[in-house]
Amino acid sequence: MERLKLVLQYFQSNSESISNGICIVLALVSVKLYTSFDFNCPCLPQYNKLYSLGVMTVPPIIFFFLGVLVNRHTGVMMDEWMRPVGNRSKNPAVVKYLFSAMLQRALLAPMVWILVTLLDGKIFICAFSVSVDPGLFSGVPNNTGLDVIRIMAKVPCKEDVIFQNSSFRKAVSRYVRCYSQAVGWSILLFLIILGAMGRLIKPCFEDHAAFLQTRYWSNYLDVEQKLFDETCVLHARDFARKCVVQFFEDMTEDSILHLPHPSFISNVSERWEEEEERLHGVTRQEQMDQLLNKWYYGKPELDVTRIAHRPRPCVTWQDPGGRTLYSDV
Amino acid sequence: MDKFRMMFQFLQSNQESFMNGICGIMALASAQMYSAFEFSCPCMPEYNYTYGIGLLVIPPIWFFLLGFVLNNNVSVLAEEWKRPTGSRTKDPTILRYMFCSITQRSLIAPALWVSVTLMDGKSFLCAFSINLDIEKFGNSSFVKGMSETEKIRLLARIPCKDLFEHQEIRVAATRYIKCISQACGWIFLLMMTFTAFLIRAIRPCFTQAAFLKTKYWSHYIDIERKMFDETCKEHAKSFAKVCIHQYFENISGEMQSLHRHRSGQDDSGDEGEDKRSDEDKLLGIRAQDDMNKVLWNWHTCKPALALRKDQMDGENSSKLNGKINEGFNGFANGHAHETKKREWAVYYSKV
Repeated sequence: MERLKLVLQYFQSNSESISNGICIVLALVSVKLYTSFDFNCPCLPQYNKLYSLGVMTVPPIIFFFLGVLVNRHTGVMMDEWMRPVGNRSKNPAVVKYLFSAMLQRALLAPMVWILVTLLDGKIFICAFSVSVDPGLFSGVPNNTGLDVIRIMAKVPCKEDVIFQNSSFRKAVSRYVRCYSQAVGWSILLFLIILGAMGRLIKPCFEDHAAFLQTRYWSNYLDVEQKLFDETCVLHARDFARKCVVQFFEDMTEDSILHLPHPSFISNVSERWEEEEERLHGVTRQEQMDQLLNKWYYGKPELDVTRIAHRPRPCVTWQDPGGRTLYSDV
Repeated sequence: MDKFRMMFQFLQSNQESFMNGICGIMALASAQMYSAFEFSCPCMPEYNYTYGIGLLVIPPIWFFLLGFVLNNNVSVLAEEWKRPTGSRTKDPTILRYMFCSITQRSLIAPALWVSVTLMDGKSFLCAFSINLDIEKFGNSSFVKGMSETEKIRLLARIPCKDLFEHQEIRVAATRYIKCISQACGWIFLLMMTFTAFLIRAIRPCFTQAAFLKTKYWSHYIDIERKMFDETCKEHAKSFAKVCIHQYFENISGEMQSLHRHRSGQDDSGDEGEDKRSDEDKLLGIRAQDDMNKVLWNWHTCKPALALRKDQMDGENSSKLNGKINEGFNGFANGHAHETKKREWAVYYSKV
């Protein structure tokens, strides 16, 4: 259990790791869906190809949309692309980087579906059994009243009566499956070569320094959005608590003098001070609305000098003779 | 920062992950129910269609309503909708946002039921077997010479394995209808995914600023309600404690004070501190009528979303100096509302 928690924590620590994790989960879901899907070839000449190609192309499209939906980078990218300029200039390289990262991740599950389909072969057999020349195989069942096309269309269906005691069906299936697997392996090889070439050749064409900057700022945008959401949640909680307490206190008719507690006796006021700090001075509905509006229309510039170099009170203790007893400096 | 992160995760996990968890459980329950349900087509021309389509449509409606019932936010939404305006204006966009998010979550289990039903094909087979053109599927010489009603009655028996004798035709027809049913299922899934994609990926193009606002305030409403319940619970506890304390004191007043003097100052300090913090927690509400008024007004006249600054300023300055020094810094305190707050540090030396 501890190890699982550690693994989860590791994945959650980095936003890229989360996206990778989700991408892999989606690929596994696509494999599971394929194995649990009851593929049902109609075995009719007009519908075979339509059905098979449908099953081979529609689920990848669905997985692609799902991959785009569950990826956090989609929201970050759309935000960065659509926002007004405000105080912060826009960097199109960051948007491009986020878009390509999102696209690569979203394409994994569809590719896995297509490859599994081809390597398994059922769908190819259903689609292309009519195109096979029956003369290549012996044992064509010619005692039924059906024409050749109909017989070939029935090849994917195992339980059909015309193929009893005949090895014709198995021979044709094996032939088409062999083609299907060859296509599948070639596609896999092609993708791997493409990926390897991309990795090897990319440093020759791109400016690595600019790439480092782009990667940093896209990660920054993601973290910034997460932290903004976190801060909003914490702020809402403190706002709510104070609002409720204020409401209770307003109900009393007599004005009670609240004796303040010195901070070294009661820890209640310490908590209060912490909470006030979390409110950051935003205490009214209009202020909060303005803050949220401004967050979208005029994002702040990327400059935290003011708060990073805020003067800190330093205490220096001196005895009457001027000797320093203790100093924070 | 770590503490904040943990707290944030806890807060979020309480609200959204909980609802997502319920949503996931209902989806699994719907898939499990479908596989456990024994589908038995009546195989009669009058009832086939009703049974087949009914099984496709009615359980999703049931799951959708169950999703509303199990979602806590429904009562929050209803309360926000029906409350009198009081000193806080009502924002219809927040109501719409809450309604949309509840609906989105409730739609997942029904969508899963519909897609599983369509992928399985049995309900389509039951509903549409009488519309088949049986000549397409093989040697159909046995239907020649049958009247229309007899033909329809025969076709209605296709979904039932043991009632229809000509197996190859039955298998071919089953395969055909199942193929159409699966095609419908995939198209349904594609449409749902595409709609979800449009809503989530394209929406930021249009209303992002307003969306941030409604998201914040709807979360605020939910958490305010929780805070109110918490505060009421704490208040009730402190109320009860003080009430019982007072009762005991009234019954045996002299015995208590005698006991306290004898056991020394520390005890009284602690007891006094506890009692003082309990009194603080009462927030000034000490009578039943007052508490009733609090609870009544919480619904009929919700407070405005504006925290008072002077309450916090007063506490800040008194925290630093204590009541004794307030006179010394009196002029700063007196101008606390007009001028900016000035920080004072006082050094205490034992020398």
